[in-house]
Amino acid sequence: MTPEELDEIATIERETTHQFQHRVSVCVGTGCHSAHSEEVKTALEKEVSRQGLENWCQVKGVGCRGLCASGPMVEVDTAARLYQGVTPEDAVEIVETLDTGSVPRLECPTDLPFFTRQTKIVLEHAGRIDPERIEDYIVMGGYTALLKTLTEMTPAEVIEQITTSGLRGRGGGGYPTGLKWRTVAIAAGTQKYIICNGDEGDPGAFMDRSILESDPHRILEGMAIAAYAVGADEGYVYVRAEYPLAIKRLRAAIIQAERNGLLGKNIFGTPFSFHVEIRLGAGAFVCGEETALIASIEGRRGTPRPRPPYPAEFGLWGCPTLINNVETIANIVPIVRNGGAWFAEIGTENSKGTKVFALTGRVNHTGLIEVPMGITLREIVFDIGGGIPDGRKFKAVQTGGPSGGCIPEEYLDMTVDYASLAQVGSIMGSGGMIIMDETSNMVDVARYFMEFCMTESCGKCIPCRVGTVQMHELLCRIAAGQATPHDLELLEELCDLVKQTSLCGLGQSSPNPVLSTLRYFRNEYMDQLAAKPGE
Amino acid sequence: MAPPTRVKTLKINNRDVGARQDETILEAAADVGITIPTLCQLDGLSNGGACRLCLVEVKGSSRLYPACVTRVEEGMEVLTNTERLTNYRRMILELLFAERNHICAVCVSNGHCELQTLAQDLGMTHVHFPYRHPHMVVDASHERFVIDHNRCVLCTRCVRVCDEVEGAHTWDVMGRGMDARVITDLSQPWGTSDTCTSCGKCVHVCPTGALFEKGKSVAEMLKKRQFLPYLKLMREERS
Repeated sequence: MTPEELDEIATIERETTHQFQHRVSVCVGTGCHSAHSEEVKTALEKEVSRQGLENWCQVKGVGCRGLCASGPMVEVDTAARLYQGVTPEDAVEIVETLDTGSVPRLECPTDLPFFTRQTKIVLEHAGRIDPERIEDYIVMGGYTALLKTLTEMTPAEVIEQITTSGLRGRGGGGYPTGLKWRTVAIAAGTQKYIICNGDEGDPGAFMDRSILESDPHRILEGMAIAAYAVGADEGYVYVRAEYPLAIKRLRAAIIQAERNGLLGKNIFGTPFSFHVEIRLGAGAFVCGEETALIASIEGRRGTPRPRPPYPAEFGLWGCPTLINNVETIANIVPIVRNGGAWFAEIGTENSKGTKVFALTGRVNHTGLIEVPMGITLREIVFDIGGGIPDGRKFKAVQTGGPSGGCIPEEYLDMTVDYASLAQVGSIMGSGGMIIMDETSNMVDVARYFMEFCMTESCGKCIPCRVGTVQMHELLCRIAAGQATPHDLELLEELCDLVKQTSLCGLGQSSPNPVLSTLRYFRNEYMDQLAAKPGE
Repeated sequence: MAPPTRVKTLKINNRDVGARQDETILEAAADVGITIPTLCQLDGLSNGGACRLCLVEVKGSSRLYPACVTRVEEGMEVLTNTERLTNYRRMILELLFAERNHICAVCVSNGHCELQTLAQDLGMTHVHFPYRHPHMVVDASHERFVIDHNRCVLCTRCVRVCDEVEGAHTWDVMGRGMDARVITDLSQPWGTSDTCTSCGKCVHVCPTGALFEKGKSVAEMLKKRQFLPYLKLMREERS
């Protein structure tokens, strides 16, 4: 592949697209997919060919548009019309009204705050390109950032841009990405690796899944840039096997990129070579922890090991390894394209850029959103999320999954960034956001997450393996109204032990849901005790 | 020729200590006679930092560090026996006693058990947590040895000695969390294992009575571990 050839692919693709009068995009992300959007797409294609309009109207599958609750979503790009809850039977009407008007009963207003309040960087192509075609990605300017990196920048300059951007890891820890890249780049060793962590396991979180399904080439390009910057020539994408659609599209994307010479040997005629392989997770949550993930790739049992040494120095097969989360990698291409300074203007002082959240629970518009750092929780829940259904009252928002905490109403006006979330006892986490209304029982919430940690503990260290079981037992007793004030004391003692002494992040953060509900909703625990203090 | 070894100076329990730069806190402490409780660690095997009993405090950090895998650093100030650490250690032991069925009175290792000794040393008088009383099996299918899962603490010494020293890798761990247990080969009766060489190393590194020799009655099972430092030394000499 030469730069001219890349241009040519884009030009041809652009001309082909312009031949059509109309373009109908059907969302084929997981949410809509499970609402039978493939059938809708087939019905539309059939209808178009029945009317002999194949050269007039193009039907294509695109990635997630975010408003998963209203799927399947269909967009008539050329008329800026958006339809929701489309069934295969609607195909006739949609095709017939292409020129003349619309189908009012299916229309979804595009001026909803859900759409207008978002800032799309990571998801800029989601819902706009066909994730299964590399041409669609290239026409959007795809792989030009890699070209720029390889031909105009030194590895040090790439790292400089990432550092300037202020990007921090999106997997949960929030470690500065530029610093991580530099550590790997200067680590001794000729063989280095890069790993993209797509083992997204938090209940209610599907950000990485959506990125992989909607824009797989973005990840490959980002990984190639990262590999060039740190001096790696082999990369792994670790995806959980529960994401078949993401795996299928990623596989297809790797083959397409290899065929076009955008991955493999001497990319763009430079000395830089880069190969990517996929590794599937076998369903263990702990494999999202970097050292466990590495063990899993190496073919060993997925258990964490104590750090240091960190993977940046001693990672995959003992070599320096860069591990970045899917969303972190997805931010690389726009940073290289627009410069680190551009990225640093978005967000707050210490948290730059945007964050993708999976909005679930008791909220009107469930789905996937991308917002700038520094937005308030109230804006997310009430403007973008459309508030609480059935006229109920907001109670809490849970962020960070089983490692995070519940944030009560009094902090709704708090800004969303790494520091403020930590201050109120939660974490940014990978981006799960579960909204709870007044009917939610907080002891139950804590019990649910503790059960999750208990069953997902790898069993290696004692505090996590046995401590979570004992904490779960105590929470069950409280929920059943059989607990004494002494049990509550014991629970708090255990929280401290497990938090302080566990080996890895899973154990250390497993008490967080209990601690944060105890902090803000202690009265609910007290109400459910069998004997009250002093009785 | 090996590069010259550097010496680091640090403080352990306010005592000045000198140690080679590749030594762990645990080794440096042992050199001056300071004992840090351990369970999964054993000289001659790799360390996983799993039991968390050897956690120590390091001045200037809010984190606790596993002494068995943390290397000494210049100027480090380590505390190994604060009240906080002793409390944590006692609770970890209590969790272990509550996890499976540890009944000293009927155990072959009674009196020679590391778990029992640790509990006595750390002043564990009773268990605050409800006992789980899980239903565990005993595998006596091997002609010479028995594994009693009731007494296993999942320290994985058997797994490591079998893999790293004997080279057979008969043992491994299966399952997650509370369901985790040590298995032979592909989770089959020990007696049917194709890889087991019946060397008995696993039995003698086991800290409790989980692995024992047939024909030993209560309190008779003495573990002999002299072979490990010996083998380790021989291998170091050869390489």
